[in-house]
Amino acid sequence: MNAVTRYLKSLMLAELVAGMGVTMRYMFKPKYTMRYPMEHIPKSNRFRGLHALRRYANGEERCIACKLCEAVCPALAITIDSAPRESDGQRRTTRYEIDLFKCIYCGFCEESCPVDSIVETSIHEYHFENRGENVVDKQKLLAIGDRFEQQIAADRAQDAPYR
Amino acid sequence: MADQLINQVMWPLIYILCIVLPLVIAVAMFVYWERKVIGWMHVRMGPNKVGPGGVLQAFADVVKLLIKEVILPTKANRFLYFLAPLIGLVPALAAWAVIPFSGKMVLSNANAGILYLLAMTSMGVYGIIIAGWASNSRYALLGAMRSAAQVISYELAMGLCLVCVMVLAGSLNLSEIVNAQAGGKGLFDWFWLPLLPVFVIYFVSGVAETNRLPFDMAEGESEIVAGFHVEYSGSAFALFFLAEYANMILVSFLSAIFFLGGWLSPLQGWISADAPGWISWLGAGGFIWLFIKAFVMSFFFLWFRATFPRYRYDQIMRLGWKVFIPIAIAWVFVAGLLKYYDLVSIGVGA
Amino acid sequence: MNPQTLQIICFYAFSLVTVAAALSVITLKNTVHAVLALVLTFFSAACLWMLLDAEFLALALVVVYVGAVMVLFLFVVMMLDIDLEKMHEGFVKFLPVGVIVAIVMLVEMLGLIGVWAMHARDLGADPAAVAGMSNTAWLGQALYTKFLLPFEVAALVLTVGLVAAVALTLRERRGARYESASRQVRVDPRDRVRIVKMDAVRPTPAAADEGTAGESKP
Repeated sequence: MNAVTRYLKSLMLAELVAGMGVTMRYMFKPKYTMRYPMEHIPKSNRFRGLHALRRYANGEERCIACKLCEAVCPALAITIDSAPRESDGQRRTTRYEIDLFKCIYCGFCEESCPVDSIVETSIHEYHFENRGENVVDKQKLLAIGDRFEQQIAADRAQDAPYR
Repeated sequence: MADQLINQVMWPLIYILCIVLPLVIAVAMFVYWERKVIGWMHVRMGPNKVGPGGVLQAFADVVKLLIKEVILPTKANRFLYFLAPLIGLVPALAAWAVIPFSGKMVLSNANAGILYLLAMTSMGVYGIIIAGWASNSRYALLGAMRSAAQVISYELAMGLCLVCVMVLAGSLNLSEIVNAQAGGKGLFDWFWLPLLPVFVIYFVSGVAETNRLPFDMAEGESEIVAGFHVEYSGSAFALFFLAEYANMILVSFLSAIFFLGGWLSPLQGWISADAPGWISWLGAGGFIWLFIKAFVMSFFFLWFRATFPRYRYDQIMRLGWKVFIPIAIAWVFVAGLLKYYDLVSIGVGA
Repeated sequence: MNPQTLQIICFYAFSLVTVAAALSVITLKNTVHAVLALVLTFFSAACLWMLLDAEFLALALVVVYVGAVMVLFLFVVMMLDIDLEKMHEGFVKFLPVGVIVAIVMLVEMLGLIGVWAMHARDLGADPAAVAGMSNTAWLGQALYTKFLLPFEVAALVLTVGLVAAVALTLRERRGARYESASRQVRVDPRDRVRIVKMDAVRPTPAAADEGTAGESKP
């Protein structure tokens, strides 16, 4: 481009006008906004969200207190105490706590679990209102598992062929 | 006595309220419109939760600002700190006194209207400088310095553009300037055509003068946070906000008056006055035309903001002093020649 | 209240503000406050002129002095780092000199006023009003016809001052790095990057043998 055309072009604000044309075009395009609480983006069945402890169909808790998840947890978020259960002497957990502030949602606990007890559900919207609520205990984890068992089982079944 | 009181005090006060109250509402709606337009240009939606389509968002923001605490920074100059927002706001509102909304609707038909406008816009910079100094903050001071230098530089270019308008119209009175643009050739009788480069310079200088993007040197998140009003919160900040947007709307109105024929219809002269019904109304002038033109001009403010990245400080100064002012000076001579050889038809008004 | 009284009240109000502001310019300790008081002085002086129907002068005073000159002044003053203690050190020492200078100035001014009072002239009616023009129009007419030469000479003097100021401060700075905006604007992407159109094809095995063997294998 020679000097004269370049000078004329800059005087006519050619590039600025072209840029304004772009924004004007985009003004009438359909918007990408997701109206979040009302709309959700599709979520993968492998989504790693809030944790849960599962039970067998007969109501027996799956966890056998092998402590593999506690060992593998890279953030040291899981704390487990175990003792023989009073009723039948089986090895069970007396304490199973996850500190959600420490947790990095890597999913290693789920991978390491030999009985598919600890899982990460697809729940991603939850909050705490008091200090200390970030540490989720066994009762809560089991309750979450009970409540969302159908969803958890469906996600696992969908992913089974690839494991 | 009572008669005089009503005539000299009451009516002017009511007129002033008739201008200022709609102006404040217009500022609120303009903020909403800005967020909406910029959202659309970013392929977003903009505010859409408060009220139908988000219309009440601006009012919600105002209420939020008003109930927030105004914090005085330590070692700030108390008197000047609280005076600054007012000094910034008063010229922005006072300038509206000479705006002619239509042939008869004008608060003060001052003879030296343009000079008054220049005086008022140049006073606005004090709000910024005093705010920057009184805040006792480095960011605020730097923002104030930049803004002051920028406003003074662009005021020169703006003044020279207005000289061209004055030369063609032969008057400093805003109503007479609009009347000088009347004629039989529709929108081609307005001053934007003979003064096209000056029109562009005037509007861009107006953008720079109001510290709007891409010339928002007074504030800049990346280097001086919010600039001169970084320490202000609550209603004090709301006043700065109000002043900035009132100035934007003012510049839009002024460009419409100086270059786009004010209240004159773009179809003037093409439609005879005895055409039936609303068609003749299209050809007649009225404040609605002024509002439409000002709305279009104010849309450019938002369009610029959504399109252009910020200028660097030295680039702003270069643009003002080395590009705009020489072109404006050259066009003063062109305007003089146009006027001398009668190449522009100057109307005399209805 | 008739307009005459209102005008007189306004006149005294504005003059009071002017004098008070002018006094505070020289009495205020804080320099920024003093400059702002000076701004107020200019502004109320402009209001006084406005009362006298000198609207062009009044507005020009606001535009030029309040709007531009004082802003630059404020600029400088805000940047100053003034040690007030040091400023007051020499006050007593130089007080006699100051008083003498002040007295001499006062006597001179009184003398001038006396001479003016003796030669009191009737200024006549407002020429703008006589000519039936607005103040601004009459001023422009007078400046560009009757007083064209003095006006142009004044403009020339100002230009000389401007050029002199630039010439005094403009110097080539060694070692400073400049960014030339016009050169930056002139940059053309085509001068820097060459975009080569190529077909999206897999390299043939023969060509692949020339390079490292591992790369071309899928």
